[in-house]
Amino acid sequence: MDLYRRRIWINRLGIGLSMAAMSFGLLALTWILWVLVSKGFSVLSLDLFLKDTPAPGSDGGGLRNAIVGSGLIILVTTLVSTPVGILAGIYLAEFGKVSRFAMATRFVTDIMLSAPSIVIGLFVYALMVVSMKSFSGWAGSVALSLIAIPVVVRTTENMLKMVPSSLREAAFAVGAPRWAVSLKVTLRAVKAGIVTGVLLAIARVTGETAPLLFTALNNQFFSGDMSGPMGNLPVVIFQFGLSPYENWNKLAWGGALLIALLVLGVNIGARFLFRQNNKS
Amino acid sequence: MSDKNSIHVGEVALQVRNLDFFYGDFQGLKKVNLDIARHKVTAFIGPSGCGKSTLLRTFNRMYDLYPGQRAEGEILFQGRNLLDKKQDLNLLRAKIGMVFQKPTPFPMTIYENIAFGVRLYERLNRSDMDERVEWALKKAALWGEVKDKLQQNGLSLSGGQQQRLCIARAVSVKPEVVLLDEPTSALDPLSTAKVEELIDELKNEYTIAIVTHNMQQAARISDYTAYMYLGEMVEFGITDQIFIKPARKETEDYITGRFG
Repeated sequence: MDLYRRRIWINRLGIGLSMAAMSFGLLALTWILWVLVSKGFSVLSLDLFLKDTPAPGSDGGGLRNAIVGSGLIILVTTLVSTPVGILAGIYLAEFGKVSRFAMATRFVTDIMLSAPSIVIGLFVYALMVVSMKSFSGWAGSVALSLIAIPVVVRTTENMLKMVPSSLREAAFAVGAPRWAVSLKVTLRAVKAGIVTGVLLAIARVTGETAPLLFTALNNQFFSGDMSGPMGNLPVVIFQFGLSPYENWNKLAWGGALLIALLVLGVNIGARFLFRQNNKS
Repeated sequence: MSDKNSIHVGEVALQVRNLDFFYGDFQGLKKVNLDIARHKVTAFIGPSGCGKSTLLRTFNRMYDLYPGQRAEGEILFQGRNLLDKKQDLNLLRAKIGMVFQKPTPFPMTIYENIAFGVRLYERLNRSDMDERVEWALKKAALWGEVKDKLQQNGLSLSGGQQQRLCIARAVSVKPEVVLLDEPTSALDPLSTAKVEELIDELKNEYTIAIVTHNMQQAARISDYTAYMYLGEMVEFGITDQIFIKPARKETEDYITGRFG
């Protein structure tokens, strides 16, 4: 009986510790959200989306140039990193497996996953900005892609590895060539998981600041030209937040809230999608 | 070649000659010889690990997916050794279909589950494809149950229906041989009975090789039975003979349950 009682107490201790850890994490999250909402909510208005960033010291204005710039950079990043990442993941899981080249790719991917984003920003700066003699939206997209691709590669490979070998064998057994087995059967079996992975990767790079600081830089005017410097939310938040101007500070809070809501929305959407697809 | 495995089976679909199989260093099959009769059902029985599934998986070279597994010897199919390096595996698998122990519908609609394999080797227009899908589902005795929900996901079917869908899929590409690897071991008795009936129908047009753990099943549905043990072909013959008057004592011990 003593032994049993001890076990109950150890169980309670375990639950207590994990609850404490969880509430610590939750507290940090709600705190951040609370600060963002309380300081940024008043800024949220139609003007935020319709007007460009104001000159220093002036009143009003919005974040239109930064929102559109971020949108374009992220769009290009998604278009680049999704196919590259998924195809590389398929290669690792279905074709390369334990070959030397696949092992090397996996190793490099793992390093890229933990590479500091500022290093990637500097790399693209040296590679593109210096040689093209201009900061550009393209360079920003390349830098963000370099961060997103390893995430997509890893999720794709891990998801494909979860496909039971019986399904793969069944596809081969009807005489399907390897590419058809991968693209039409196994990939489809884990579609929801991979889409989730891509969304999470996009959500992750949406808030990256350092790589954009060296590549897309910023642009106080509205611009849809990817080959020139481009306004974008993270860098605007960085600049405006540190500035002495009250109006800029307010806009920075608004931008921060906007990004947080976007990332939160994408995360919730991804989770919802994953659950929907796993039910059927 | 020893006498015991070279009984006359009439028209032959597959001839296995001195087949050895290796999982790395472990030898899974030892000098197996047998003829698989065309348009008959040949059953493989034996305790777990005896090599019956291994043998089945050499017929469509499924083992080729896994490095370290290799077969030596000959399996003659349509006049050629299918173990030959030059053998095109996709074409081989289109001619020698397979159904697995666990139902494995593809993650797509019922219709697409059938059309997927057909499309790989034939270019059919919409109505021909519709016809082929219906034909295959009828062959698998599934048409009546799914004809109104062809656009539903294959995974939404019951286990027994999924397995018949897999049989329809295997049949849809009009193969010569259908390999069945314990096709009913995950099914309830009713579904099992349906699949067994189906096998009886299918043998009019296809050569069937089935691995089963269920000896009554082998006795019920097969024309020829092979008893395997530790990678060797112990006895091969007409099913009635194997079950009523086996030539070898080991076979008798196994089918009467005195084994191990």
